[in-house]
Amino acid sequence: MIRFSAALILALGLLIPFQGAQAVNPDEVLADPALETRARDISQELRCVVCQNQSIDDSDADLARDLRVLVRARLKAGDSDDEVIAYVVSRYGDFVLLRPPVKGATFILWFGPLLIVIVGAIGLFFYFRRAARDANAQKESR
Amino acid sequence: MKRLLFFVPLIVLVVLGVYFAFGLQRDPQVLPSALIDQKVPEFDLAAIEGASQGLSNADLMGQVTLVNIFGSWCVACRIEHPFLMELKANNVIPIYGIDWREPNRQAGPAWLKKFGNPYTRIGDDPRSEGAIAFGVTGAPETFIVDKRGVIRHKFAGPITREIWERQLRPVVQKLRSDS
Repeated sequence: MIRFSAALILALGLLIPFQGAQAVNPDEVLADPALETRARDISQELRCVVCQNQSIDDSDADLARDLRVLVRARLKAGDSDDEVIAYVVSRYGDFVLLRPPVKGATFILWFGPLLIVIVGAIGLFFYFRRAARDANAQKESR
Repeated sequence: MKRLLFFVPLIVLVVLGVYFAFGLQRDPQVLPSALIDQKVPEFDLAAIEGASQGLSNADLMGQVTLVNIFGSWCVACRIEHPFLMELKANNVIPIYGIDWREPNRQAGPAWLKKFGNPYTRIGDDPRSEGAIAFGVTGAPETFIVDKRGVIRHKFAGPITREIWERQLRPVVQKLRSDS
């Protein structure tokens, strides 16, 4: 029993997300905390193009580091958040955005699941309506 | 007619299956470039050690050029290097280099000294400014830039003779014949 509890505790421990892992190096951090917060927020929206499933904020790749530095340099130069993001998108395309923008080409991506649910709901509605009608018809014919 | 309705999910599944089968053939590391038919973004890189001229976007005007991102650390660059030397030897096209993220100032020049220098001009790019200007994700990458300084083609990976003949040379020829 003790052994089981120990195993359980260990297993649950694995579920706790690792909080410590951070790619941003101390020498990259901006002195102005407000600017640094904005830089972190922007970095979390941008995909690391080398490792692809990480944001540049998470990634240890050299290119991600250089992009983080670039984001900070542009913020310091007075760019707005949107301007910084637009700058990176102009070079790497929408692909760098971890949240794809809503537009014509991404319509199915954003609304496809909703469409499937709607079609399914319509199908279910007709199915149950017919089932009820059939049940009624059976009752009456008896 | 009602019966046919039962086959709809199957048909949808097959269509999606074919679609995904093709999708999986794509190399996810090769990104569509956002810069095709755009002007080369502004950048200005210093010269590498031992050279007098750096590289900026202003240098890429007036003729059709190749811009090649390389680094001494990059194994695939070593593969394409002899072919770039051959292009240089035959005066096929000016090649401009962006020496990307060298571990130190000497590494790039030493590499070029050892294997030869096919580049007309080279910009030193320790902080990825040039690489980011071109939207580079890895090395080697090569861009064809037209006379007006507009990026017309991107190729990711080492250039071989076959790729040159099939993919790149036709683009260069077409751009040269355009006004």
